[in-house]
Amino acid sequence: MESPNRRLKGCRLNGASAFATAALLLVSACGPAAAPANTAPPAAPALPSIAPPPSSLVAAGSGIVKEGFPGEAKALNGAGATFPAVLYSKWFNEYEKVTGVKVNYQSIGSGGGIKSISDATIDFGATDSPMTDEQLKAAKNGPILHIPAALGAVVPTYNIPELGGQQLRFSAGSLTGIFLGQITKWNDPKIAEDNPGMTLPNKEIVTVHRSDGSGTTYIWVDYLSSVSKEWKDKAGLGTSVNWPVGLGAKGNEGVAGEVKQNPYAIGYVELIYAIQNKLGVGLVKNKAGQYIEPNLAAVTAAAAGAAKNVAPDLRVSIVNADGDASYPISGFTWLLAYQNQNDKAKGRAITRALWWATHDAQRFNAELGYAAVPDDIVRRSEELILSITTAGGQRAFPHQLPGR
Amino acid sequence: MDLASSEATRVAQRQGPTPVIGGGTNVGDRIFHLAVLSAAQSVLVLLAALVVLLFIDAKEALGRFGLSFLTTTDWDPVFEKFGTAHFVFGTLVTSLVALVLAAPLAIGTALFLAEYAPRWLREPVAFVIELLAVIPSIIFGLWGFFVLAPIMRGYVEPFLKATVGQVPVLGELFSGPAIGKDLLTAGVVLAIMILPTVMAIAREVVRSVPDTQREGMIGLGATKWETITGAVLPYARSGLVGAVMLGFARAFGETMAVTMVIGNSSNVISASLLTPGYTMASAIANQFTEADKEIYFSAVVAVALVLLLVSVIINGLARLLVWRGAGNVATRR
Repeated sequence: MESPNRRLKGCRLNGASAFATAALLLVSACGPAAAPANTAPPAAPALPSIAPPPSSLVAAGSGIVKEGFPGEAKALNGAGATFPAVLYSKWFNEYEKVTGVKVNYQSIGSGGGIKSISDATIDFGATDSPMTDEQLKAAKNGPILHIPAALGAVVPTYNIPELGGQQLRFSAGSLTGIFLGQITKWNDPKIAEDNPGMTLPNKEIVTVHRSDGSGTTYIWVDYLSSVSKEWKDKAGLGTSVNWPVGLGAKGNEGVAGEVKQNPYAIGYVELIYAIQNKLGVGLVKNKAGQYIEPNLAAVTAAAAGAAKNVAPDLRVSIVNADGDASYPISGFTWLLAYQNQNDKAKGRAITRALWWATHDAQRFNAELGYAAVPDDIVRRSEELILSITTAGGQRAFPHQLPGR
Repeated sequence: MDLASSEATRVAQRQGPTPVIGGGTNVGDRIFHLAVLSAAQSVLVLLAALVVLLFIDAKEALGRFGLSFLTTTDWDPVFEKFGTAHFVFGTLVTSLVALVLAAPLAIGTALFLAEYAPRWLREPVAFVIELLAVIPSIIFGLWGFFVLAPIMRGYVEPFLKATVGQVPVLGELFSGPAIGKDLLTAGVVLAIMILPTVMAIAREVVRSVPDTQREGMIGLGATKWETITGAVLPYARSGLVGAVMLGFARAFGETMAVTMVIGNSSNVISASLLTPGYTMASAIANQFTEADKEIYFSAVVAVALVLLLVSVIINGLARLLVWRGAGNVATRR
């Protein structure tokens, strides 16, 4: 991990520029791209499905990987996270058309992805929760790099028949209180505080969480632990935790089904899942004190808002990010690759695929419901990809870049 | 551990070393002999390999937690504390509920089909019930999730709370809020799933009671009811117990359908059937994919090992009882 650190010093962004990017994204997000959102049925609070605009910085790196390259491996094997599996299958399908390199991706879960890359039984891994220092140390072939591939967000969804179409607002305090089992009724003053003028029922809250280990849970509890010390000490952070209260259900569909069936239930689901199924979702108060409607632009804004505090290895959490427009419950999903690629042909193929994934492929994200990685982060990913070496310490990425 | 394979082994054992006609002089015979021998051996090797592999992966967790793995109820991947008492409890309780509901129904049906039903009715009814056995468990799960659970929450559980729930002691079984995703609902789904297994075996057992027994009772002037309680049931008892135990074993390992209706939470062991719970199988299914730490993975495998061992024990007991029942019949005939 030494060399990327050194390389990255030159490209650290200041806060102002990160914020400018966030603002820019938001402005354009409110433009014509947002129009289809108005067609959502009025019964469920409308979730605008906004495609973040194509960005110029990323465009600069696009188009470098546009055809096959002599001497690169013609097949790559990857495995890991299930959350981005739909996106990856689209990506790699396109990638084969562009370069003729076949990339097999098996969505076996983040845990499996980490295990497989550590044992070096696959060429690249994928995970929703960053590898721990311990896991990194245990990896067979040396340092592993985390390359952000897309962004996910998790939203609170609830079922309160009395509310009709009104959207609830949540603060960090009310969400942690509910999931710790300390807030047990919907008319609790803590919830009412965020929702002035709304009549909340005097009913018991039923909380629903994921029963299977999941990146969705990771992002959710990452938020809860970052805003509440009590949560951190009691339940902690992981893809599955020891829940103080509530029902467990398998998958996004299980949680959504459970919430739909049980009046006065609250659960959390992947943003994309909520958009596609037009679930009623709550607004969440961010660090800047704004109640943010969850959508893709607000997620990209969060990543941009967090960019200035990002560790050079990109193993970062972006929950509760700075920025007026940032949605606070979001996180990256990463591709994992070894920094030292012994096999030259494989090294070429992997770096080229990673480069394509972080640049050209990002345009597929929005149409499939994933937020694109913001430019500042892509810039850092570039440095990481360029730091990948092959036998003899040579740079594995075969293309010449101006000035690098 | 499925019926067919152990049935085959049993037949093979019973017949012992088959006297080979032409005593190995024929090359084809010898080859065939070796082929079937290796087929039989490979099944045993597979089973042994399975247990050994499970044991290797589970060693870390078993070594670290020892007996407390079976006696504590913490399952905390974040802070690396693993106890499975609540999984074992959930498994036992749901399977028991299933038995209590399914056994009378299954044995009653079996008696009706074997003793009362007119000949033309027997086969069609048995066929329909046995059809239940081929429905994939995920379908029971979906039905449980979308149909049964709302009914349990809206009608059955409030009713039970209002009636049995008011009785002291027994009422403890139905305390707490009615959620619909709990041990009771899981037990009901399991009951439906094990019904065909228990019914089919029970029917065979009842049918295998020799007619001389019935004739004896009738000859003494007994009524139909007395014949059944006085001759058929005592004769078939151990076989029936075995049938029920096999149903229990099936309920024990059922995964998908249970996972969908049991609530998958709570590490509290409480007397109430209305609490959401967890079974060993549903815990494995839920936790396996994202078990990213060594110790976590090892703990999940250890749960599998515990489940396997308990299932083998129950299955073994059941088989012993069925064999004894069937053996009695064979010798008395």
